[in-house]
Amino acid sequence: MEPQHLVQFAIFGLNIGAIYALIALGFVAVFSITGIINFAQGEFAMLGAMIAAWLVRAEWPLPVAGLVAVLAVAAVGALLELGVIRPAGSASIVTLIIITIGASVLFKGLAVMAWGPDPVRLPPFTAGPPLRVLGARLLPQDLWVLGTTAVVVVGLSLFFRRTLQGKAMRAVAMNRYAARLMGIDARRTSTAAFALAGGLGAIGGIVIAPSASAYWDMGTGLGLKGFVAAILGGMGAGGAVLGGLVLGVVEELCAGLAPSGFGGYKDAVAFVILLGMLFFRPGGFLGRVPGRGGL
Amino acid sequence: MAAVAVAAPPLLETRGLTRVFGGLVAVSAVDQAVRAGTIHAIIGPNGAGKTTLFNLLSGVLPPTRGEIRFGDARIDGRLPHQICRLGLARTFQNLQIFANMTVLENVIVGRHGRSSAGFLSAMLRLPAARAEAQAACTVALSWLDFVGLAPRADDPAGSLPYGQQRLLELARALAAEPTLLLLDEPAAGLLGREKDNLADLLARIRSSGVTVLLVEHDMGLVMSVADRVTVLNYGKKLFEGSPDEVQADPDVVVAYLGAPEGA
Repeated sequence: MEPQHLVQFAIFGLNIGAIYALIALGFVAVFSITGIINFAQGEFAMLGAMIAAWLVRAEWPLPVAGLVAVLAVAAVGALLELGVIRPAGSASIVTLIIITIGASVLFKGLAVMAWGPDPVRLPPFTAGPPLRVLGARLLPQDLWVLGTTAVVVVGLSLFFRRTLQGKAMRAVAMNRYAARLMGIDARRTSTAAFALAGGLGAIGGIVIAPSASAYWDMGTGLGLKGFVAAILGGMGAGGAVLGGLVLGVVEELCAGLAPSGFGGYKDAVAFVILLGMLFFRPGGFLGRVPGRGGL
Repeated sequence: MAAVAVAAPPLLETRGLTRVFGGLVAVSAVDQAVRAGTIHAIIGPNGAGKTTLFNLLSGVLPPTRGEIRFGDARIDGRLPHQICRLGLARTFQNLQIFANMTVLENVIVGRHGRSSAGFLSAMLRLPAARAEAQAACTVALSWLDFVGLAPRADDPAGSLPYGQQRLLELARALAAEPTLLLLDEPAAGLLGREKDNLADLLARIRSSGVTVLLVEHDMGLVMSVADRVTVLNYGKKLFEGSPDEVQADPDVVVAYLGAPEGA
């Protein structure tokens, strides 16, 4: 094994890991505010990628198509909360989680009906030759993935720490009961959490689409990996980002170092790590006790 | 003070307020008026329904029957955040601070009911939202100063000792600029000096024009600061009067100490 191969696998891993991180942040946002594990989270990524690809094919400029797709999927998230989760009212958390599984199936079905079963392509955001980093290839799109993720993570952190609405969301996550008595409308906060989760998922789907392919079922795998990343991070926002990156890198290294013919088992890696984590360190590797309050 | 209090219209009024849990009547047909500008204490043995009454007033629980008027508005059946925005703030018997936030952030969250910026303008950091965040910070600091916690503003709230966490809850509730402040056992767990400080703060809050309704077990504090005292027992209103009248009432003494031998 040449050292540049290790670097190459690390680049692959950071790339896909950044997407896992964005999706994991969506899981954390919804879980912290509502206690729900939203199994439609992966489908937010799929919808983002498909809508963006569809608009680009209709000759929309890529930046506009991307922005519209993110806003559209954020609206889908908000509508999911307003139209289905909120009317279910005081149903148990398990019921609400099953509703999100239903929503995930619905989104996949609608995507097949709207765009067909075949993968669609989204062009790389900028053309250009790959860069050489320690002998490994770094595509311009890789920089877009990592840069976008970094901007989103920093922006989100500023939103939660610096703005009144961000502080209100953290307050609801920490103590919903007290937050309501501070004049915070906890229902609006839940809608906002779903919208945020939709936007985060869509961004992940759009930036990864040029290097992978966008198709109706792409959200299933991304959603499960994002969920694993969120669990690794103890359902906290910082942990989720770290969890996504670690998961991506470990996965790619295992795939790259495995004897030929075993590369297809790389998906199993995520779940072996998940089981190990749940057995030996259920609070995530930052040691946070699982529960609400992870924003 | 008493003459002014009687002349003023009631800021808060309940009629036939009742809350039933299964077979237990926790609050039973309570008629209660709280006059503006007073400190009104609610006392009673454990399980008398004091905290349930607070939960009804602040919208945590809907009443089973009866009505609640606050200022000009009927508030029974409204949600907590709506009632808070009408100018009713509260503290909690079991502390409910946001432990992972700083002391200052806790108080800023307390001002939420006074903010108008929405999610989008906050996300986009529009100038109005920024100015509002800045103003909230300034006001929050002044309330921390009022309770004497300004030096701890940037510490994690969970790191404060118990007595200071009680003061933090008080500052957070005041930051909502309420007209009526509900305090659920504000002196619980406080030491002697801290209780004196609390009594002083309560008097200053009253003189700033905020009406205070408090549930309290500490009779020394109640008798020294309250203008009016209501006694609850088994969910029913047993007595209402001035602190002196309450101490002299034989029914109240029986409710607290039990009936004398042979009575």
